[in-house]
Amino acid sequence: MDVWDNLALGLETALTPTNLLFALIGVALGTAVGVLPGIGPTATMAMLLPITFGFEAVTSLIMLAGIYYGAQYGGSTTAILINLPGESSAAVTAIDGHEMAKNGRAGPALATAALGSFFAGTVGTIVLALGAVPISRLALEFGPAEYFSLVVLGLIASITLASGSTVKALAMIVLGLLLGTVGQDIATGTPRFTFGQRELFGGLNFVSLAVGMFGVAEILRNLEGTMTRSVVVEKVKNLWLTKTDFRRITGPVLRGTGLGSALGILPGAGHVLASFVSYSVEKRVSKRPEEFGKGAIEGVAAPESANNAAAQTSFIPLLTLGLPANSIMALLIGAFIIQGITPGPNVITDEPALVWGLIVSMWIGNFFLVLLNLPLIGLWVKMLTIPYGVLFPAIIAFASIGTYSISLNAYHVYAIAFFGILGYVLIKLGCEPAPLLLGFVLGPLLERYLRRALTISQGDATVFLTRPLSLALLLLAAAAFVIAVLPAVRRKREVVFEEE
Amino acid sequence: MRQGHSYDAAAHPRLGRTRPLIGLAAATLTLAACGGGGGGDDAAAAYPDGDITFVVPFSAGGPTDTVTRLIAEPMSEELGQPIVVQNVEGAGGTIAAGEVAAAEPDGYTVLMHHIGMSTAPSLYNNLPYAPLEDFKTVGLVTEVPMTIVARQDFEPQTFEEMVEYVKANADTVTLANAGVGAASQLCGLLLQDALGVKLTEVPYEGTGPALTDLVAGEVDLMCDQTTNTTGQIQAGEIKAYAVTTAERVESLPDLPTTEEAGLPELQVGVWHGLYVPAETPDEIVQELTGALQVALQDQNVIDQLAELGAAPSSQEEATPEAHTERLSSQIDLWQPIIEEAGVSAD
Repeated sequence: MDVWDNLALGLETALTPTNLLFALIGVALGTAVGVLPGIGPTATMAMLLPITFGFEAVTSLIMLAGIYYGAQYGGSTTAILINLPGESSAAVTAIDGHEMAKNGRAGPALATAALGSFFAGTVGTIVLALGAVPISRLALEFGPAEYFSLVVLGLIASITLASGSTVKALAMIVLGLLLGTVGQDIATGTPRFTFGQRELFGGLNFVSLAVGMFGVAEILRNLEGTMTRSVVVEKVKNLWLTKTDFRRITGPVLRGTGLGSALGILPGAGHVLASFVSYSVEKRVSKRPEEFGKGAIEGVAAPESANNAAAQTSFIPLLTLGLPANSIMALLIGAFIIQGITPGPNVITDEPALVWGLIVSMWIGNFFLVLLNLPLIGLWVKMLTIPYGVLFPAIIAFASIGTYSISLNAYHVYAIAFFGILGYVLIKLGCEPAPLLLGFVLGPLLERYLRRALTISQGDATVFLTRPLSLALLLLAAAAFVIAVLPAVRRKREVVFEEE
Repeated sequence: MRQGHSYDAAAHPRLGRTRPLIGLAAATLTLAACGGGGGGDDAAAAYPDGDITFVVPFSAGGPTDTVTRLIAEPMSEELGQPIVVQNVEGAGGTIAAGEVAAAEPDGYTVLMHHIGMSTAPSLYNNLPYAPLEDFKTVGLVTEVPMTIVARQDFEPQTFEEMVEYVKANADTVTLANAGVGAASQLCGLLLQDALGVKLTEVPYEGTGPALTDLVAGEVDLMCDQTTNTTGQIQAGEIKAYAVTTAERVESLPDLPTTEEAGLPELQVGVWHGLYVPAETPDEIVQELTGALQVALQDQNVIDQLAELGAAPSSQEEATPEAHTERLSSQIDLWQPIIEEAGVSAD
């Protein structure tokens, strides 16, 4: 069967009224949980998994997948409006997206996120349809050594996330790496930095950290001023993109989509890296790097596109090889099993209607997302005119409820308070939270792949240099590092980027 | 067990109920039932009269969760009461077990647990419960077989060749597992014990990534449940040497058992059983055992378990006696192996 037959089969499956309805329900639910900080897509999917048992396999997967990318989208809304990122990709969007909102440009920021995501989702779906099978083999070229080098490159790239001093950015990355070591050692189970607290055995919770460092810290900073203002510093100018905006986002959306599609295929770390590697690239190629961190529309367009493209292509290892790229894909494997389908490389040949129906429904779901979200922009933006005195307690209440709901454990709510205060102190010291967050996310990956590569090579460290892909990535990382810390470059950076 | 931050603790809900919106209401009801039905003969005679909660110590969608939901349906029919499946994750299933051990012994809180029930006392230093003393067993449910698998281009072609090869090259062979206390780690320990070798163990943060590296040829060997490996074996992505249970597996008919292949001491399966708190009246346990036995004869349960490469436990196994016997012998089996290997989960 060629691609067109496959797509025709997929269309036939995805366009049945039931499947259309559940794609819509999936993305609507996904958007809703994405908007609420804390309740992530995995939690929602795990909760809803049992009710899909009675559905047909393809319907069940269509709805679960809809929740997944719906949540990817919804997460950026809260990140832009109130600086509350629910996951690492949204944390990147928050950097410039929330600045745009404060400048009265929340409308264009949300529209950029919607359009960029839709475009990227479309391309990602096409990549999935045309190249899934050959591409999946490429992903297997990435072993522990390659992932280690990729994560090193990612860490170096994250220096550019900060608009302030390079030294402080480096310090934040290292602090993030250290926070990432909290919890049980994966190899031996030895607790590290847990101080005997059982809650810390599983490591610190990303949502607590992100909500505290971004949202709560920002609120604390705002409390210094007068309480009568609303979040929007300037008047809301317009809701839609101007011609200039369109011109400015074209390149970033294209590059973000390309990078995201490529990185999404790598099950070990790709999806995590997609959004901020693309942000970092945009800042490098931009003619106005000084605007990044102060509300550059490119800083929203690129990571949003990259994230959504990666969300689509991360299905490739699952659909073609039966290998889950992350816990969400693992949940989908569970859904396969419950439906009586043995997950594995044979699914794509044994169940073509299921696989292609799912792929086509992803595009339909992305289309629904745009339909659903563009009209909502006006409503979202109005939210920003709510006075501080009302909005802030509401944000904190929702963030606490969301975080508590993850594990029904108040510990994570206290953690928000802790990281909120820490975040405030760091803001006062001129340190930005984004590099810390990425250090925190990438730290465990760095350690995991370093140890795994060395274990497999029986302690031979040259494995990172003798494997060509790994060597290439490390050289790239070295080049990026030199550029980032060259004294001359740094001096220029400080003059241009230093926050007032 | 530790997982990646992007998708770890943050991602897992404690309540994975059938209808999430009704979840809170159901929780309230369950609490009320627990509070009100504090043992006594009257309560036992009226049992079951209200929602029964099945606590699963692992995430929704995982193999244990699947098994639980499979048997919950026919058991609920037999008992005439709804069964709510609740996922309480964390610390290798010990958090869920601890909660059930401390629950009201009225038969409304039931624990589903697997082989981990017998290894936890050896893996955890400060376990808040004792598997044999703090629970009554209801009966065994099923045993998921494990397979010994290798990367596709691993030299040995048969189980016998693999045994020889591993013995001769013990210092270079790598053995993947899904983390501390995972079934794959236990099976790996038993394999090394049976062969009298010490291999380089490569821990992963779950079965998915371990299997990915095995398919990619990064690691040599692994031992994991048929649930996880069957698809890859059938597609020829990985090589399988043997299945570790007494009987061959229906979905992989050509795969010999370890006994046939000449290593009968390598027998391990992920067995599952139901537990209630120790003070639960025997009449209530009998009710549950009876319902379990009926459920295990349900055709849908048999078919679905076959998909997982497993079969329901026999009627004799689905009894408190056989279950207690299994639990106690497994505790004795694993204790020296885990101690020898120096593995600890806390």
